[in-house]
Amino acid sequence: MGQKIYVCLKQVPDTEARFKLGEDNKSIDLQQVKWVVNPYDEYAIEEAIKIKSSFADSQIFVLTVGPKERAYEALRTALAMGADEAICIDSPSHTNLNPLDIAKALADTILAEGPLTDVVTVLAGKVSIDQGAGLVPSLLAQLLNLPLATMATKISWSQGMATVTRELEGSVMETLEVGLPAMITCNKGLNTPRYPSLPGIMKAKKKIIKDVTFFVEGASPFSSWDLSKMELPPERPQVTLLSGDTQAQVKELVKKLREESKVI
Amino acid sequence: MKTLIIVDIESGKIKKTSLELVSIAQSLTVPFVGAYFGPEPTSELKSEISALGFSEFYFTTPTAQQALTAGSLASFLSPLIAKSQSSIILATNHSTNRDSLSLCAAHLKGAILNDVTHVAQTGAHIEIKKPLYAGKILSTYQLKGNGPHFILTRPNQFSNLPNTQSHLSMALFEGFELSGDNRIKIVESVKSSSQARPDLSEANIIVAGGRGLKEASNFKHLENLADTLGASVGASRAVVDAGWVGHDKQVGQTGKTVAPSLYIAAGISGAIQHLAGMSSSKVIVAINTDPAAPIFQKATYGIVGDALEVLPMLNTEIKAIL
Ligand SMILES: Cc1cc2nc3c(=O)[nH]c(=O)nc-3n(C[C@H](O)[C@H](O)[C@H](O)COP(=O)(O)OP(=O)(O)OC[C@H]3O[C@@H](n4cnc5c(N)ncnc54)[C@H](O)[C@@H]3O)c2cc1C
Repeated sequence: MGQKIYVCLKQVPDTEARFKLGEDNKSIDLQQVKWVVNPYDEYAIEEAIKIKSSFADSQIFVLTVGPKERAYEALRTALAMGADEAICIDSPSHTNLNPLDIAKALADTILAEGPLTDVVTVLAGKVSIDQGAGLVPSLLAQLLNLPLATMATKISWSQGMATVTRELEGSVMETLEVGLPAMITCNKGLNTPRYPSLPGIMKAKKKIIKDVTFFVEGASPFSSWDLSKMELPPERPQVTLLSGDTQAQVKELVKKLREESKVI
Repeated sequence: MKTLIIVDIESGKIKKTSLELVSIAQSLTVPFVGAYFGPEPTSELKSEISALGFSEFYFTTPTAQQALTAGSLASFLSPLIAKSQSSIILATNHSTNRDSLSLCAAHLKGAILNDVTHVAQTGAHIEIKKPLYAGKILSTYQLKGNGPHFILTRPNQFSNLPNTQSHLSMALFEGFELSGDNRIKIVESVKSSSQARPDLSEANIIVAGGRGLKEASNFKHLENLADTLGASVGASRAVVDAGWVGHDKQVGQTGKTVAPSLYIAAGISGAIQHLAGMSSSKVIVAINTDPAAPIFQKATYGIVGDALEVLPMLNTEIKAIL
């Protein structure tokens, strides 16, 4: 048995997407949305492809929690980039899943594939740009009892260990040595994700996507919350364009910032 | 039931972002306790803490060898949450809290929500708001169950200052040692020294530049203005990708989400991904040569003009009044 490199990915609405609310004001009308692989997850896929040759017999498994009608497409993209196998974790309902439910689904799936001693590492993007939370990887780290290193901008790999440089708030750069397998999340700057090549796309069609189902409906073991409503953010008032020559505009601006909005 | 606040201390004082959490806790019906990672509070800090109304305060002194990794912080917090019987944990949504508290949430089977912009008691319930899809949607939730509920808030959203009173009593506890994790070691932690500015996500004023500034060296106009205003410097992705400034300065859907009281956008067109990261700023100033640039649709005040001319003038004018 070879070793496994896991990459967790999420399919998200394209950043250009504009949303309409559903009739119940508790959902989003996603009909018109174009779906893409979460941009940060592309760094994780690329990193896995980069390190694969350094770990003998290793295979890259991409896994996602999402409805298979659309999530397959994201998995195919990862397979076309160079991942070996994919697992699609579907659920009867994907609305308002708790991040801990998602982490649990990922953890159970990984553990069902074999012992963690056969795992090189688990990778993911540092955050998904739809929920903007960045919690699933660290929850997963706890559930799998793996050491955690988030927001990597540089990783040096050796057998049994990764040296991870991460960018923290306040421009602090921290370097960690982490024993493998670890849960590592990837940030911009780590690498340049490749585009799937045409042969890659052809090969991906023959690669295996395995289906897994998980159920949380009504049975989430985690104390949680209820969604009360969704709304569009309030419109901003019309802009005040300043007039006169540049000097006059600047003077007027400073006056308004000082006296009208009192922000300086 | 109690609320536990994870307090950030900087230069011996409670950070403003943590005071925001105290003002939330004061508006809830249950008593609140606090915790921080650091040595026993000085007497000044102790009186600051007790005047805010904390009924208990926990600290832990990491030894020099102890790595403050997410795992070791969680090893301090998980038993503390149980011991203090906290059902709500309030913390600022920065990476250290995000990592350590999600470890706690998974361990204690709690629920965690972050990037929260509103927390309020409505009758018997606690209501929470959180932007989704980079601010294109705002979601409202009601907490259910006994918790623990972990709520990590976005900085600069809660402007009320907490109330203070004198002669409140507070119990101080040391304990719950951090336990290390020998699978992980911090080798180095360096703060880039040029960076005396507040972090973008916590900054009160941000001056940001885009491709309209023409070349990297013109960012000096923003730096000068930031010096005058005590502001932070942000950027569009176009100039980050061009290598003018580091990725830590990128504002937007694939950069930082910011909500300062003043955001000045110079030479930034206002692409949807950029707007996503900054449109909840209180006041937005746009400086752009193109009157049709989308940034003007979100701006409070606009100057149609050359940023390279406007920025130095603005700096001089502001210097004259500050
Ligand atoms: C998946 C994805 C994620 C993205 N994420 C982000 C993100 O997080 N953040 C982000 O910013 N972008 C992001 N983008 C990129 C975004 O779409 C825009 O390309 C980018 O924001 C444009 O940057 P800009 O406004 O600096 O440049 P431009 O769009 O080129 O605009 C330059 C502006 O400067 C003006 N100008 C020119 N000369 C002057 C002058 N002398 N004085 C004043 N104004 C002048 C022009 O009129 C123009 O409006 C993302 C794109 C994608 C596809």
